[in-house]
Amino acid sequence: MYKVRLWSVKHARGMERFYNAINPAIVGTLKLKNRLFGTRFDGAVTALEAKGKALFFDCKMCGNCVLSSTGMSCPMNCPKTIRNGPCGGVRENGHCEVKPEMRCVWVAAWDGASRMEKGDAIRSVQFAVDNRSKGQSSWLRLARDE
Amino acid sequence: MSDGHTQFEDYGSNPGDPLPMLPDHVSHGRFERVLRARHFAITTEIAPPDSADPDEVLRRAALFDGHVDAINATDGSGANCHMSSLAVCAILTRVGYSPIIQISCRDRNRIAVQGDVLGAAALGVCSVLCLSGDDVSVGDHPEAKPVFDLDSVSLLSTIRTLRDENRFLSGRPLDHAPRLFMGASINPFAPPLANRVHQFAKQVAAGAQFVQSQYCFDIAMARDFMARSRDLGLTEQCHVLMGVGVLASAKTAKWLRSAIPGVHIPDAIIRRLEQAERPKAEGRAIAIELMQQLAEIEGISGVHLMAYKQEEWIGEIVTQSGVLKGRKPWAAPHPLIPGAPSPATVN
Repeated sequence: MYKVRLWSVKHARGMERFYNAINPAIVGTLKLKNRLFGTRFDGAVTALEAKGKALFFDCKMCGNCVLSSTGMSCPMNCPKTIRNGPCGGVRENGHCEVKPEMRCVWVAAWDGASRMEKGDAIRSVQFAVDNRSKGQSSWLRLARDE
Repeated sequence: MSDGHTQFEDYGSNPGDPLPMLPDHVSHGRFERVLRARHFAITTEIAPPDSADPDEVLRRAALFDGHVDAINATDGSGANCHMSSLAVCAILTRVGYSPIIQISCRDRNRIAVQGDVLGAAALGVCSVLCLSGDDVSVGDHPEAKPVFDLDSVSLLSTIRTLRDENRFLSGRPLDHAPRLFMGASINPFAPPLANRVHQFAKQVAAGAQFVQSQYCFDIAMARDFMARSRDLGLTEQCHVLMGVGVLASAKTAKWLRSAIPGVHIPDAIIRRLEQAERPKAEGRAIAIELMQQLAEIEGISGVHLMAYKQEEWIGEIVTQSGVLKGRKPWAAPHPLIPGAPSPATVN
């Protein structure tokens, strides 16, 4: 939801803290799940992640989540899905050139990053998404990779 | 003509042959030579024709003979369909021009882009400008599918992978890497103003060696941006060419400002055009003044002139500005197409 998404960016620091606090628990639980049940419940985990992130970030489940490097503003909401933005077409009021009613996702991102403890992560270059990961859970990937 | 200039002019019996690559250069191109020699450089844009006639490209390019160091061939600018940038560049390199191919991420995925980059280098293109591209919704085919597989920064790192690591993104090795001087676009005049310099830093980190800006009509903002860029050491790693527009009238200026997001034109400029007896001449005078002021700012390596539908004035604007300090950019050695002005008559 657009309004909640804006709220999340405004409270990027709180979001960052909350995520850092719950991240070990999520990853730990999923690792345990993987050990006990293998890939069972993967669908439910993915659905839960999609619902939660959709509520707070209008998540598009790109499967390449970089929210902590984009000021808690999901770059997949940019009409051009730019991962290193913004583009040159930002309006004087900070809104999107393609969707004038929407605040530029990347104006929001730089704003959110400035509120975060590790906001400087926005300055590192992000490569394009791996399209094979679309619709997959970033949490499950974290639990498998770590 | 001093020795400092002749190195940009040398070519063999065929002006379309690649120039010898100089030490520490990444391309065979004249544009890279001019910038690395610390000359103030001029680039401009060619409007690709709505036509399959190559002579039309040469006719349009001839207007710039002896006045610019490189010509950007736009890639479906404004999301409107025209002759492809790659084809325009190939027509131009055959006869010795120094084009900059523009690659927009809107229309091609990473497979097509990498193929085009190799093809462009094979056809003698030495410089590339990486762009995200205007959205399809603003162009003449709004029903088209936007691609945006990459963005301009990942496009830069993709080309750098091809060039410096001698491989495709997949890892498959290349037999011969594309020798390309890499560029990107900046817009220091649109929000988020405070962070535009950090985004510039990301482009440099991804491989940008030159950047061309959106229209600059606000010298104070340009100065501020350049000061921040110098502080981050960016101007030592990347050549900045500021965009200068030639406005035909106050009406055009107002239209640009309201219809093209990201274009910032101060009211003072619009008032000047409104009050002028000859608005077109005033538009050119404004461009000349901006060029002169930009040339004075530390860290600015050149200007990118955008004179859509006023291309015939480029020569006069460049000459009157005096920013080249007497240096004369490359001109085609002889009339390339029947009826085109030869370099001798252009001036």
